[in-house]
Amino acid sequence: MEQLMKFPKSQSIAKLYFIAAIGLFVGQILFGTILGLQYVMGDFLFPEIPFNVARMVHTNLLIVWLLFGFMGAAYYLIPEESERELYAPWLAKLMFWIFLAAGVATILGYLLVPYATLAEITMNDLLPTMGREFLEQPTITKIGIVIVVLAFLFNIGMTILTGRKTVITLVLMTGLVGLAVFFLFAFYLPDNLVLDKYFWWFVVHLWVEGVWELIMAAMLAYVLIKVTGVDREVVEKWLYIIIAMALISGLIGTGHHFFWIGTPSYWQWLGSIFSALEPIPFFMMTLFAFNVVNKRRRDHPNKAAVLWALGTAVMAFLGAGVWGFLHTLAPINYYTHGTQITAAHGHMAFYGAYVMVNLTVISYAMPIINGRQANNQRAQVLEMWSFWLMTVAMVFITLFLTGAGILQVYLQRYSDTPLDFMVVQDKIAIFYWLREIAGIVFLIGLLIYVYSFFAKGEEVKTVDMTS
Amino acid sequence: MRETFTKGMARNIYYGGGVFFFLVLIGLTVDTVNRISKTDNRENLTEEVIAGKRLWEINDCIGCHSLMGEGAYFAPELGNVYTRFGNSTDAIKGFIMSRPKDGIPGRRSMPQFNFTPEELEQIAQFLKYVDGIKTARDWPPNVKG
Ligand code: HEM
Ligand code: HEM
Ligand SMILES: [Fe+2]
Repeated sequence: MEQLMKFPKSQSIAKLYFIAAIGLFVGQILFGTILGLQYVMGDFLFPEIPFNVARMVHTNLLIVWLLFGFMGAAYYLIPEESERELYAPWLAKLMFWIFLAAGVATILGYLLVPYATLAEITMNDLLPTMGREFLEQPTITKIGIVIVVLAFLFNIGMTILTGRKTVITLVLMTGLVGLAVFFLFAFYLPDNLVLDKYFWWFVVHLWVEGVWELIMAAMLAYVLIKVTGVDREVVEKWLYIIIAMALISGLIGTGHHFFWIGTPSYWQWLGSIFSALEPIPFFMMTLFAFNVVNKRRRDHPNKAAVLWALGTAVMAFLGAGVWGFLHTLAPINYYTHGTQITAAHGHMAFYGAYVMVNLTVISYAMPIINGRQANNQRAQVLEMWSFWLMTVAMVFITLFLTGAGILQVYLQRYSDTPLDFMVVQDKIAIFYWLREIAGIVFLIGLLIYVYSFFAKGEEVKTVDMTS
Repeated sequence: MRETFTKGMARNIYYGGGVFFFLVLIGLTVDTVNRISKTDNRENLTEEVIAGKRLWEINDCIGCHSLMGEGAYFAPELGNVYTRFGNSTDAIKGFIMSRPKDGIPGRRSMPQFNFTPEELEQIAQFLKYVDGIKTARDWPPNVKG
């Protein structure tokens, strides 16, 4: 039989990253269910774990595990694409432990001491960066992230430069460099609130609606080439046009966050028009994925990976494209800005795009790292069950939050007799209960996913991949 | 995709479009930074307000509240709380000060932060400053936030 991994010494390092990613994902969702419960039982875990603490654990775990996933994917696919070992496999392993230690220490810091105390002991005053949404990490952690990412970029950069260069590795590298560059805005915290908010989006928006799309498209393209055997030329053309549309729409599309924060009113036009184009690259990813799967030259035995790849393409379009478009035009955003509509979109977009693309690569690569083309029949069936449970649960979470959001907008902002925020929250509590139920189904799906890695069963037939 | 549309063309659109719109974003950013002096209420950005902003940050108020529509959605919008509380910093201070340590049974509760009187004043002044920032169309739509 042909060799499964061409550079096992380098590529199997990805396994560490993938295991950590999944572990932190479980933590993220546990805290998600705590948050969901606090929404309807306000005193749950109060004052031990206040809502804001649980929330930063939930969102920071998300970001950190997605970064673990991206790095793992890069360490897996770059050696193979570049046709050489990693420049420094030891560095990849070392950085893994540093990143994991920093991540776990930070989360424990959130949970064990009050946030203001954490700011004090990490000497936030020397270089204040704490206390902004998604960027809650102590400054020292942020510096740690920069060091880990620089070592990572150096390692994969040298591998790419001294190896075969493919469009996939080039696009992936560009996206990852962009990720690092825009993260530097996390260190810029001006006193002027308007400037603060303006540049905060240079991290948040230019990540998820900019450079991360490059990373995502490259990861998806890689897996699709592998599982379908479709010609590289075709895939590369798609890849270029998808990321072209991502940047053309997404860069000025940042303006959809500059409607109501004291910025000039021309952003209402620019932000509305360009961000209205942002669904295009996501739609093209859907077309791309279905197109190449239909034209496949082989039936890969890893059916679960193909399902994840197609699922990513569909759900990213729904969450980012459709739910993003829903509130992106300024006259609509005037009413929906900062409501449950935002939360609905944030959930489906993050899940559909970045959670699912990571799970796609993990689904494809883990069996190979473990020495087989695909997992056994039963493991795959379980994995596909977890796919459907998590995905359908996320659709329902999104629908319930959208229902809550529409009522919130009407009762609090649109009707002739607007009600107080907290009064409205009480009136729409039923939607939050339903969201919590869907969240528990999501958690069950995730536990089945974890279990699928250990399930034994009948081995699947392998196929010749050399063609 | 059609053969007449080659990979090379796609690549050129990517590089050309990416670089072009990145430069446009930089240009618009310079323009925005120059213009916001008219709206950002910088004349009231005192030392006290800056200290209040730091307190806002190191207590992660944004983890429950939204501020000008950004943040969390668990607790009320605070970008206009000064207006909502009858243009009174005393009312803001009184609210923050009086939160029960163990919360309100069964309800979403705000923690008791044990601020000093000086800190309370700083936070209240920060929220007053935020309320003075001129947002387009006077967002939020009404006083409820
Ligand atoms: C995978 C890609 C995307 C992800 C992960 C994502 C995620 C998010 C998140 C988490 C927020 C909330 C930010 C906050 O806390 O304030 C947000 C806000 C927003 N997103 Fe996206 N998004 C994506 C793509 C898009 C697209 C393509 C559009 C438009 C078509 C869009 C439109 C918006 C708008 C208008 C807001 C502001 C909502 C408000 O005013 O409160 N997003 N997004
Ligand atoms: C068990 C399922 C989940 C539940 C019950 C849950 C619950 C919540 C809650 C209550 C919030 C805070 C909303 C607020 O600020 O008021 C939140 C925020 C957030 N969650 Fe989840 N979550 C779940 C799963 C997920 C998943 C799978 C993802 C990622 C794909 C995710 C990503 C986020 C993000 C990005 C935010 C910030 C949203 C924003 O600012 O708009 N959550 N979640
Ligand atoms: Fe955005």
